[in-house]
Amino acid sequence: MGTAAAVRESFQTENLSIFYGTYEAVKGISLPFAQNTVTALIGPSGCGKSTFLRSLNRMNDDISGSTTKGSIWIDGVDINAQGTDVIKLRQKIGMVWQKPNPFYKSIYDNIAFGPKYHGIKGKAALDEIVESSLRRAALWDEVKDRLKDSALALSGGQQQRLCIARALSVNPQILLLDEPASALDPVSTGKVEELIKELKEELRIVIVTHNMQQAARISDYTAYFYLGSLVEYDKTEKVFSNPENQMTQEYIMGRFG
Amino acid sequence: MKPKTADKIATTFIVFFALLIVAILIGLLGYILVRGLNHISWDFLTSAPQKIRAGGGVGPQLFNSLYLLVLTLLITVPLGLGAGIFMAEYARPGKLTNFIRLIVEVLSSFPSIIVGLFGLLLIVNYFELGFSLISGAIALTFFNLPLMVRITEQAFRTVPKAQKEAGFALGLSKWKIVTSVLLPVALPTIITGTILSAGRVFGEAAALMFTAGMSSPRLNFSDWNPLHANSPLNPFRPAETLAVHIWKINSEGLAPDAIQIAAGASAVLVITVLLFNLLARYFGRLIYRKLTASKRIN
Repeated sequence: MGTAAAVRESFQTENLSIFYGTYEAVKGISLPFAQNTVTALIGPSGCGKSTFLRSLNRMNDDISGSTTKGSIWIDGVDINAQGTDVIKLRQKIGMVWQKPNPFYKSIYDNIAFGPKYHGIKGKAALDEIVESSLRRAALWDEVKDRLKDSALALSGGQQQRLCIARALSVNPQILLLDEPASALDPVSTGKVEELIKELKEELRIVIVTHNMQQAARISDYTAYFYLGSLVEYDKTEKVFSNPENQMTQEYIMGRFG
Repeated sequence: MKPKTADKIATTFIVFFALLIVAILIGLLGYILVRGLNHISWDFLTSAPQKIRAGGGVGPQLFNSLYLLVLTLLITVPLGLGAGIFMAEYARPGKLTNFIRLIVEVLSSFPSIIVGLFGLLLIVNYFELGFSLISGAIALTFFNLPLMVRITEQAFRTVPKAQKEAGFALGLSKWKIVTSVLLPVALPTIITGTILSAGRVFGEAAALMFTAGMSSPRLNFSDWNPLHANSPLNPFRPAETLAVHIWKINSEGLAPDAIQIAAGASAVLVITVLLFNLLARYFGRLIYRKLTASKRIN
């Protein structure tokens, strides 16, 4: 049985399994996520990496028929346990998706919405959060003169950085990124990657990506998933230069997947 | 046939049908307006009808139609929004949900005369609300609710799922997501639904004859206390609407100018519906822009 004593990292999964009905999409995965690191989850489509990522902030709760087993430890608390305050938990864990999904609101309101809901009052305080979040997402200079404009008027790359700023607005400790750059052009992708490297100075990041170069460029640790199982997990340099497993090597070299 | 030729023929047909519909609409509107417009005057719009003499107006009927619309929407919109949101966001897919949806659909295909007679038995007689505005509003609610529920449900379903996910990931409660994230996006469709049901309120006669009644008390337009019997705002007084009035004077009108009054009243009704439509769309757009900071409806 998992006890707090066995936990090495303040954020890690332990024997986490996820089922859709009787189908086991993720099979008993234990992964640590160290502070100030980027962990890349790679593997062919359908290998369970996105499902795994979504379960980390309990987003799978909303899919009917899905059940999870095992533990997700954050600071000694198993957030996968019954009775977890999911709303509070999600404040600690930000998430950004493949397709930018800004709210149908102004740029300002996109950022201020979460903090306002969680009890921040006063225009000055909110203004400050909006500015700092946008600065952290490297978007401030581009939008500071049109904060009242609709967020949907921004370009795709700007929208994605806005979504990152929105996730940062509630001050999360962990950022989950589900292929955050795969719908963006190369310039925007570069900006988002740059951003991820900067952000890891403040928090820990878990990223799902199909782009091997991207995983190699920005991550510190890499986990290779195949058919719902964790095949290999190590430092990124190690996984990319000298993987233990034949399958990992073939996937990274682009021979299958 | 070459694809290009086929394409041309299809386009021609589609344009033809579109023009045909526009022509029919303009013909109908033109006929009603040409026959009725010259009868419309300030006096016609404000004075009470005459039983036997010529020169009666439709003032109380016009007011009744508008007031009944307000009362009906006050009941229909909250109920319809609530039920529609429940169906789209809270109800688990399954037999019960499908059953509710079936009931809603059956309800929407009820003939209005049945709704009227049902309202007579249940609301007017059994609940002793009598021929009154409130009875009429409840009967029209039976009628409009299905439309409102359906449109609300569809409006919420077409909001991208990613919007909801973004809200959850920020730690918002479901209720907050529904009211502050999804509702503003769904609003234009919901307003369209409200306009459609409002049109039915203006136009309905059969369901109202037996519920709101076919007469109006002598209204005192200087008394706005809803509790007074002769106050226009009293919801428990009988109220003949414009549509019912048109039907009545067409079938049993005794005044010598009954035909002209019917024509004038029809024109007033059509213009009122048009005006309501335009105003509702305008304010809907205004609210949508305010809520979403957008320059246009996406």
